[in-house]
Amino acid sequence: MQRARLTKIFVLAAAGAISLSACAARTDSGSGGSDSSAPQAAAPSAAADAADPAGDGKAQCSPTSIAYAGTINGNNAALGINILNGAKLAVDQHNKANPGCQVKLEQFDTEGTPDKAPGIVTQIVNTPGIIGVVGLPFSGESKAAGNIFNTAGLVTVTPSATAPTLSENGWKTFFRGLGNDNSQGPAAAKFMTGELAAKKVCVIEDDSEYGTGLAATTKQALGSALACEDKVKSKQTDFSAVVNKVKAAAPDAVFYSGYYQEAAPFAQQLNDAGVTAKFVGPDGVKDDEFVKGAGDAAANAYFTCPCVPADQFTKFTDAYKAAAGKDPGTYSPEAYDLATILLKGIDGGKTTRSALLDFVKTYDGQGLTKHFKWNDKGELAATTVWTYKVENGKIVRNTEIK
Amino acid sequence: MSMTHDLSSFVLAQGDSWITFDVKGFVDQFWANTIDGLAYGSIYALVALGYTLVYGVLKLINFAHSEVFIYGAYAVWFTFFGLGFRPGVTPELSVIELIGFLLVALLAAMAVSGGTAVLLERVAYRPLRKRGAPKLVFLITAIGASFVLQQILFIWRGGNAEQGIRLVRNEPVFQIFGAAVTNVTIITIVASILLMIAADQFVNRTKFGRGIRAVAQDPDTATLMGVNKERVITLTFLIGGLLAGAAALFYMMKIPQGASYQGGFILGIKAFTAAVLGGIGNLRGALLGGLLLGVVENYGQTLFGGEWRDVVAFVLLVLILMVRPTGILGESLGKARV
Amino acid sequence: MTVTSTPPAAPAPVRRKRPISDWWNNLPRVQQWLVLVPLVALVYLLPVLNPPIITTQPGYDFPIAMFEVSRYALVAIGLNIVVGQAGLLDLGYVGFFAVGAYVMALFTSPDSTLHKLPFLIVLPIAMVVTMIFGVILGTPTLRLRGDYLAIVTLGFGEIVRLLADNVDPLRGNRGFQSVGHPPGTNADGTALFNNSDGTPWYWLCVTVIIIVLFLVGNLERSRVGRAWVAIRDDEDAAEIMGLPTYKFKIWAFVSGAAVGGLSGALYAGQLGFVNNQKFDVVTSMLFLAAVILGGAGNKVGVLLGAIVVAYIPLRFQAIAEYKYLIFGLALIILMIFRPQGLLGARQRLLTYGRQAYQRLLGRGEQVSSDGSLASDTPGEKA
Repeated sequence: MQRARLTKIFVLAAAGAISLSACAARTDSGSGGSDSSAPQAAAPSAAADAADPAGDGKAQCSPTSIAYAGTINGNNAALGINILNGAKLAVDQHNKANPGCQVKLEQFDTEGTPDKAPGIVTQIVNTPGIIGVVGLPFSGESKAAGNIFNTAGLVTVTPSATAPTLSENGWKTFFRGLGNDNSQGPAAAKFMTGELAAKKVCVIEDDSEYGTGLAATTKQALGSALACEDKVKSKQTDFSAVVNKVKAAAPDAVFYSGYYQEAAPFAQQLNDAGVTAKFVGPDGVKDDEFVKGAGDAAANAYFTCPCVPADQFTKFTDAYKAAAGKDPGTYSPEAYDLATILLKGIDGGKTTRSALLDFVKTYDGQGLTKHFKWNDKGELAATTVWTYKVENGKIVRNTEIK
Repeated sequence: MSMTHDLSSFVLAQGDSWITFDVKGFVDQFWANTIDGLAYGSIYALVALGYTLVYGVLKLINFAHSEVFIYGAYAVWFTFFGLGFRPGVTPELSVIELIGFLLVALLAAMAVSGGTAVLLERVAYRPLRKRGAPKLVFLITAIGASFVLQQILFIWRGGNAEQGIRLVRNEPVFQIFGAAVTNVTIITIVASILLMIAADQFVNRTKFGRGIRAVAQDPDTATLMGVNKERVITLTFLIGGLLAGAAALFYMMKIPQGASYQGGFILGIKAFTAAVLGGIGNLRGALLGGLLLGVVENYGQTLFGGEWRDVVAFVLLVLILMVRPTGILGESLGKARV
Repeated sequence: MTVTSTPPAAPAPVRRKRPISDWWNNLPRVQQWLVLVPLVALVYLLPVLNPPIITTQPGYDFPIAMFEVSRYALVAIGLNIVVGQAGLLDLGYVGFFAVGAYVMALFTSPDSTLHKLPFLIVLPIAMVVTMIFGVILGTPTLRLRGDYLAIVTLGFGEIVRLLADNVDPLRGNRGFQSVGHPPGTNADGTALFNNSDGTPWYWLCVTVIIIVLFLVGNLERSRVGRAWVAIRDDEDAAEIMGLPTYKFKIWAFVSGAAVGGLSGALYAGQLGFVNNQKFDVVTSMLFLAAVILGGAGNKVGVLLGAIVVAYIPLRFQAIAEYKYLIFGLALIILMIFRPQGLLGARQRLLTYGRQAYQRLLGRGEQVSSDGSLASDTPGEKA
């Protein structure tokens, strides 16, 4: 009898396996997250003349290389691949349009950890053909290896490392393609207490430098509006104790300072527990993955981001989707913009490291995400923080925080 | 001299800022945390059973068991997807439909996890057993297998977690001491306990179970007595895998975003901790250890702050092993151990 | 039966010929040195030679890769004391490594509020602090046996990492920049030891490895080493023979910890940056993998194991997506074909072993791997 029962289980299990194999298809998430049906504020008009990597198609240069250095396989690989794909798209568009100037994008995997970075970066620096670098994505690895780029005079443009202290090392080669945590935190606080009219705010942070740094500036700016705070670990999935804590505090808004991977289950678990507070996340959360992942909870979500919304994103989004097979994610547009800047330099005949470094240093132009012009520390001269919200399952722009 | 001065100020000046004691929060949220902890703990317990069974029979820590679990989670996700459900939309289903769909997902997850566990045993462990390899070597192939299984998922599905699909909202059904008990919590706890009772009965009452216990007690004598050792070992891995698959379904119901290529790792470590807490090799110990760990983690998080959650779990483990060196209930699958 | 009754011509049953190790063990000391010296010289020259095929370029800078490999080798030697010699399964060894790295960072980085000290002074401090940690962790845990010890050490390793994460002065993910390095400048005035030149660091690490190998080798042949082997092979029997097993287990833990701390401090110095990343369970497992893969208990073996574990992912750096798949497969395949490790540990006489083997067998060492000789040897004082 036992045997019979066991056999039955096997048969059922096999049936399950068959049904499983029949449906193993890749998901296709909805279309891009930018073409808004009801814009709340006008996008800056200057964005219309955003730099195009294709240029005029007449560029001439000897074959040269730029590099992506960052995580490809390892912690937070998804974020690294967003950046890599963004940069790759820019290079591909450039190469297609400019047969006389072929630029190669070399890829180096730092695994997102500081211990691998110096070896990789030294390798990049010792490869003479590489004259510019998109990366490093994370603050930790940047701290470990930034000085090597500086010594070699190899320009780096980072699409995502936001630790404020990075620009205070005196590195001449460090350029940040977005505002640092110091600019976003106070803006987020202002947004929550102002536009969202929150009297009580809970700030939950993860254990990354990005999360803790941003949470610190946000909490400081919130002052007495801070109702509760807690910390979570990256890769945590069960947030029940935090949810219970937030629920007890009954805030008007919850600010999650971290990345979308933890934000999605956290927002959903908050929503399930009946917490109706607005869920606010920074640029690390502003991603279609969050909107899809958080399910019903996403409708209640707002984002702050030191990136300018651009309505002609559609063109970028379509091209990205065609190339990478999925929607652009967090930092993909930034990487595209920054790679474009390097490519423009190469098109302009800046094919040595020092020439390209000078080009980036004095660059002044509009990109998809924002206007790029750096100060002597490598910070963007003017950063604006915009807020976004979710409408019909898509991230749409909300307002600019002034 | 100046050094000692610096050292003391460094400890004292910051001594109270990085750890807090929120006793009020602990008391206020006690019941809510208990219920949530029990739900999560029963998932730990189901996964812990896999560790405990394999350990009981082979005296082997199957470090790749977390991957067996996460393959089940992917199976759940693909089943939901294949049934036509999509991320971000929670469908309105009748109870009958819901039960039907969940059962399909359960079977798929159990099949995939069970299959992965058996395959793992065949590829990574059996060749070593044939060669009479030392025990530690199994640990290394387990790590190797863990890498391979993770990387297959990574290469196939990429680094992002699968976007959460769920069939049922987590909605309160009734209240205990002011704390909501949700439908998913009830399903998780009740089904886990039923499955664990079934596993316990299977091991203690059936012929196969007797084989498992015999091999756990003394593999050589058991072989002499006509027990097919290899089959028993396969069966043990299979049961562990089936339970991990079931755990994966409950996990995915609670956390629909749970299917990611590294997503099994932390849960695996916790489940293993739970197994040791209760007494590794002891089925009831796994249940007790899992529930205890789930609850204590939540208490610790509220009391000391979220960053101390894992510290609390591991400190609990160390403390319990200090007092009871073989876990709370002790080892029992093979009754005695040299 | 005793060995003396066996004529030299017919040694204990030979299961497998080991031509190389046999040849090696039969060489006189002087000739061994004659072989070793050029070999060591070659090892020192590796990053300069940068041989094709072996090189990790163009994916990863070869001298730095060589330092990584040597760092793993040092770790493996330290862990081998605990796992290979004394038979204590330690899954939290990365905790000691982390302590060493953090001590170095705390005393040399400008980000720390502590008094600044030179690298070479902090190096021994790091070892001492790690040894203290060894005692702190060992005292409660070493009463446990086998797998319980494994899980508790795993827990302790995680606790160390989480403390680095949570305790504010340890700066969590922010970390410490500009960690110190040994003195010395290049011709152009830049520091000789910097994070983009692996060669000086590699030389330093290899030198440290050679010194540690000497020390560990002596320790192994001493009363302590024999006590460890006794504990590893049968703890109860050792205890009954009057061996204070607990004390010797703590000694093993502490000796291992010292080497772990040393390698952690070197790691921190080379990287120039320390934060909470890379002190996780996976790293701990890889350390253990190096020891087991090479052959627990065999010093040369664990060196090989460390080379495999550290080198394979770096070698395949250029195919980032597949490198860990390759690595995982390599672990499984190597273990299936060499279950005893690349160079397995053999039972052999320790103290005056060379002389004894010469007298008894008329040559360097027995070929058998079944240990009949060693286990039958009378008169070994514990």
